[in-house]
Amino acid sequence: MSIEIRDLTHIYNAGTPFAQDALKNINLTIEDGEIIAIIGHTGSGKSTLVQHFNGLLRPTKGTVRIDGVDLSQKGVSLRDVRRKVGLVFQYPEHQLFEETVWEDVAFGPRNAGITGEELEDRVRRALKSVDLDEGFADRSPFELSGGEKRRVAIAGVLAMEPSVIVLDEPTAGLDPRSREDLLGQILRLHKERALTVVFVSHNMAEVAKIAKRLVVMENGGIAMEGSPEKIFVDSEKLQGIGLGVPDMTLLMQRLRERGWSLPASVLTIEAAEAAILEALASKETGAKSSGAGKGSSKGVYK
Amino acid sequence: MGQRSFIEVEKVSYSYPKGQGQEEAALTEVDLTIAEGEFVAVLGHNGSGKSTLAKHLNGLLLPSVGDVWIADMNTHEEENFWKIRQMVGMVFQNPDNQIVATTVEEDVAFGPENLGLKQHVIRERVDEALGIVGMSEYAKAAPHNLSGGQKQRVAIAGVIAMRPKCLVLDEPTAMLDPIGRQEVLDTVQMLNETEGITVILITHFMDEAVRAKRVVVMDEGRIVLQGPPADVFQKMELLRKLRLDVPPIVELAARLRSRLREFPGDLLTVDEMVTALCQLRSGI
Repeated sequence: MSIEIRDLTHIYNAGTPFAQDALKNINLTIEDGEIIAIIGHTGSGKSTLVQHFNGLLRPTKGTVRIDGVDLSQKGVSLRDVRRKVGLVFQYPEHQLFEETVWEDVAFGPRNAGITGEELEDRVRRALKSVDLDEGFADRSPFELSGGEKRRVAIAGVLAMEPSVIVLDEPTAGLDPRSREDLLGQILRLHKERALTVVFVSHNMAEVAKIAKRLVVMENGGIAMEGSPEKIFVDSEKLQGIGLGVPDMTLLMQRLRERGWSLPASVLTIEAAEAAILEALASKETGAKSSGAGKGSSKGVYK
Repeated sequence: MGQRSFIEVEKVSYSYPKGQGQEEAALTEVDLTIAEGEFVAVLGHNGSGKSTLAKHLNGLLLPSVGDVWIADMNTHEEENFWKIRQMVGMVFQNPDNQIVATTVEEDVAFGPENLGLKQHVIRERVDEALGIVGMSEYAKAAPHNLSGGQKQRVAIAGVIAMRPKCLVLDEPTAMLDPIGRQEVLDTVQMLNETEGITVILITHFMDEAVRAKRVVVMDEGRIVLQGPPADVFQKMELLRKLRLDVPPIVELAARLRSRLREFPGDLLTVDEMVTALCQLRSGI
């Protein structure tokens, strides 16, 4: 399922003295089966943008098309759109309300008229996708840990069997292990169900790990777009926008400033190690052949 | 002050009631001593007991077994209650839950007003506190129009206006973006370094713990590791087993050390790594 955004502008409180431009002329296409991250600091417009993906917000100007269908056309059922495009808000666990985990996950599909065995199936599958075993079904969502609650909330959206899932800051406030688990589950869903994933985040290291394409937002516009490797090369621009870059990228940038010759596309610890060792080795070879490296004949390597 | 350190946690155990007469142990025989003016980071995954420990430091929770002493005052003794609360200020994760008033200055004044101070003293304290956290120009602003980092700084100002000796921050940056995190951490570090306030920072971000002088690692309600950040982060295997991240620079340093001669073992930051590598390279 593709999402096509054309010349999208959104003004909050339009026509009042409190009018505020939240999005300006956004053009963006998300292809079927893609995994994409939207990054930007607070107030950059990223949450406003994703709320257009399922018609929660209507454009002030421009169009949003889901599989070619313009959401602002008459006769388009937003209920259907919301079934196809599932939105997981920030801190979704605040929206849990049922007495048991099972009931909470079943709430959406039941409202959509799904009953009996299919409902059972969907709830079971949704819980399984977020690694919650059947033992959780009868427990109260309120006695679970933060990470477990969040997974229940995500299962509630998955039980609607959407084609696109939009997650707004899904790992905020979780500890490293729960973060890692959740990212793994999202990646698995993406692969197994060919689910299109839109991931809103300000955690650059996380984004580098999971997304194939990044969209960087600033002041309601798209400031940068491309693969993580391409985006992180321009670390100065990212820092100017108020976003951090992963430590390894920052390290490579600083070393290059000090005259090291290193590749630009280093994101991981392994890649950084390899690049540094190679740079040192080529310096050593150079020093030996020019005879300038006196006193260092034993080399820097073990 | 007597023989005791500023903060002493002595063989403290604490259990939460679990219903049906059952209890769940959250802290088990915790001993911890913190001197005045220290900056201590407490690390641990969710459920490790770090927040429970934090709530013991100003009497929000009282030990089931053992004692907590703040400046020689035992938190079990009711007459110490308000003095301890005033001395140890708490800042929590969600700034929206901590802000009560309609303007920033009224919010910061809330604590001092409750102390029954004279109007001009309250004014002085509010102005000073907002100055310290760099929010003076927002004194008349409505809190809901501020960014997360600004709100959290207002919450810190509200605590500082009580003139505490110690600030306990329970994951104060968990809900903030990178700019907000930086703002809050810089403020906290400055309070420690220039105002001499004792800081206890509960976090699961390793890069935040690097700023502390001492790191205390908790697991299953016990302290399992403590020391200066450079020492604690060397124990990578143990940290991973405790489900904690190792800062990327520390991991890179360990990898390089296994391949290179005389590579330093105590690198924590990007800047330190750059310096070490450039030194090595200039020696070739």
